[in-house]
Amino acid sequence: MPVDNTTESTPSIGRPTLPGPDAPLAIQVENLRKSFRIPTQRVDSLKERAVRPFAPRTYRELQALDGVSFEIRRGEFFGIVGRNGSGKSTLLKLLASIYRADGGSIRIAGRLAPFIELGVGFNHELTARQNVVLNGVMMGLTPKEMRRRLDSVIEFAELGEFADLKLKNYSSGMLVRLAFAVMLEADADILLIDEVLAVGDASFQQKCADAFHEMKEVGKTIVLVTHDMSTVESYCHRATLISDGKIQHIGDPAEVGREYLRLNFEGGTSARVTSANADIRLLDIWIESVGAERVRNIESGQYLRIRAQVELLRETPAIQVGFTITNVDGVGVFQFGTDSDEDAGGLTPGSRVSIDAEIDNLLAPGRYFVHFGVKRFPDNRAVVLHVEKALDFHVFGAAPSQGLVELPHTIKTAVENQGPR
Amino acid sequence: MSTSAANLKLREVRGPSALGGGPRRFFDLLWLMSVTEFKRVYFGTVLGYLWSLARPLMLFGVLLFVFTKIFRVGHNLPYYPVLLLLGIVLYTFFQEATTTSVTSVVSQEGVVRKTQFPRMVIPLATVLTGAFNLGLNLIVVFVFILAWGVVPTWTWLLFPFALTLLFTLAAALGMALSVLYVRFRDVAIIWIVATQVLFYGTPILYPLGKHGFENRTYERLLMINPLTVIFEQVRVWVIEPGAPTAPDAAGGWLWLLPAAVIFVGTCVFGAWIFNREAPRVAEEL
Repeated sequence: MPVDNTTESTPSIGRPTLPGPDAPLAIQVENLRKSFRIPTQRVDSLKERAVRPFAPRTYRELQALDGVSFEIRRGEFFGIVGRNGSGKSTLLKLLASIYRADGGSIRIAGRLAPFIELGVGFNHELTARQNVVLNGVMMGLTPKEMRRRLDSVIEFAELGEFADLKLKNYSSGMLVRLAFAVMLEADADILLIDEVLAVGDASFQQKCADAFHEMKEVGKTIVLVTHDMSTVESYCHRATLISDGKIQHIGDPAEVGREYLRLNFEGGTSARVTSANADIRLLDIWIESVGAERVRNIESGQYLRIRAQVELLRETPAIQVGFTITNVDGVGVFQFGTDSDEDAGGLTPGSRVSIDAEIDNLLAPGRYFVHFGVKRFPDNRAVVLHVEKALDFHVFGAAPSQGLVELPHTIKTAVENQGPR
Repeated sequence: MSTSAANLKLREVRGPSALGGGPRRFFDLLWLMSVTEFKRVYFGTVLGYLWSLARPLMLFGVLLFVFTKIFRVGHNLPYYPVLLLLGIVLYTFFQEATTTSVTSVVSQEGVVRKTQFPRMVIPLATVLTGAFNLGLNLIVVFVFILAWGVVPTWTWLLFPFALTLLFTLAAALGMALSVLYVRFRDVAIIWIVATQVLFYGTPILYPLGKHGFENRTYERLLMINPLTVIFEQVRVWVIEPGAPTAPDAAGGWLWLLPAAVIFVGTCVFGAWIFNREAPRVAEEL
């Protein structure tokens, strides 16, 4: 066991660097599985059970986490992102020992303080002081220790005059502030945080942000679950994307953020392959802006380039590709494609074709979808692939627009005849 | 404080459990939760403690009147009023501790779903809060007992033993009920009915022995109830050394066996079911 590789020995200003691969592990998760049994018919009284003791009890199995493995090193700020129902909250609750896993293992080094679903779990009949001490003990401190820290908790939460008020009389903002303060003051080695940065007023948010930076600097391990990509990108060293109970991506926060956005726009609801046979498959489709950067938001009038890559699975003389751009209401705005007489001279299976389309961005600000189609050419011009909503993007501009496009125009006014005053 | 390297070895985390997390933390939490709850009830209102005493005293007043003046069950028993008062106070503890336990886990939902701690603390703290209350009530009862002219004997020292048995039984039932209620919501209603039946199934209103039943079979039946055994021994130890002891009333030690089996069975069942359900309680809520 490597002993005390202190990250706090480097009082760096600004963003501390990612702990190296030799830093000791803080969390190790191996092949974690968790499923929930949802009874199709809920029996929630003993009477029912007694009346029909042999009634079949059927369950629907919901696989919330399916073989999740990852490691977090000490001092790391780790983000977990995923859509609703992806399993990220289940993962957090498993880490916090609130749920029990069905399989796999979780190993944790040190004490862990959870902050789940906007609060650490308070008893609303008790005062703030009592709750703070109780919570501290739940997180593993002694009552004496927690009483000593009580004042700084109350102070951080800015609740001085309300400390002896029962929590049922608190506003939700006050509750969250108190909960956050308790979590900070519990002085755990690992903090688990679920969707909290959006609470409180601006000054408290700033305070939280400062606290985060401070924790990061002293080398605390922080696991943050959020929807907010900018948070992940500005705080996290590494992040993981969870979807359908599996890890989709793990690594650089910016990359995870992009994957997440893609999943949000394309996954499930949007992109639909409406027509396909085994001849061809779409590998990738994206939009580039200036500097060959993949983007989803383009400023009105800015350079717009749609790129795609397809792979042929069967010998094909030539293909013809086309794009259709529709607005958010499904109204066609523009359609274009390659010429029908284009002849690539026969394409063998496995060959990849990249498509590079540049358009003058005359689109009015709004949201647009790109639909993608491929025909085989010349034999029968069959549509071999059609992907609806293959891509979506936003055009943003300073002024809102009524129309679909912004045509190049000139407009002048001239006063012809000044009327009498 | 905890950032010494020794604490920071990777340890397997197995999820929530009835007892996990180390004994120190368990007892810290148990104590803190009971004391806070006790304070909340007794210092939260102006009359505080008086309210909690009012209920058993009212019941005592009414029952004393009914059973000495109207039904005349206890009119020729010299110690009937003190027996009745002690019985009511003890039974009130048992009843309140168990019925409050029923909903304890569910009403602490916020804590259960968001933090990790030994789950068994919840019902135990509820019963312990009841025990604090009982302790205060017993002071009043003992003042009354002495005023009535009962002479203290060395057997008073055995009274805590009886209290421990009663506490254990209440705690075991509290554990089982609290965790069953998470799944079966009619447990609450069933238990209210059950405690009423048990009240009459325990010799509180009526005495055993020479002023009691003419038919010994009833006494033997009552002796199946572990509460009967406890209450009868309390009567002998604290108030009437001459009253029939539990084995006497049952007609021999052997007849105490069913009560003992039920007592042990309840304790084992309570601990077993709580332990089994505790890891999943947060999911069921």
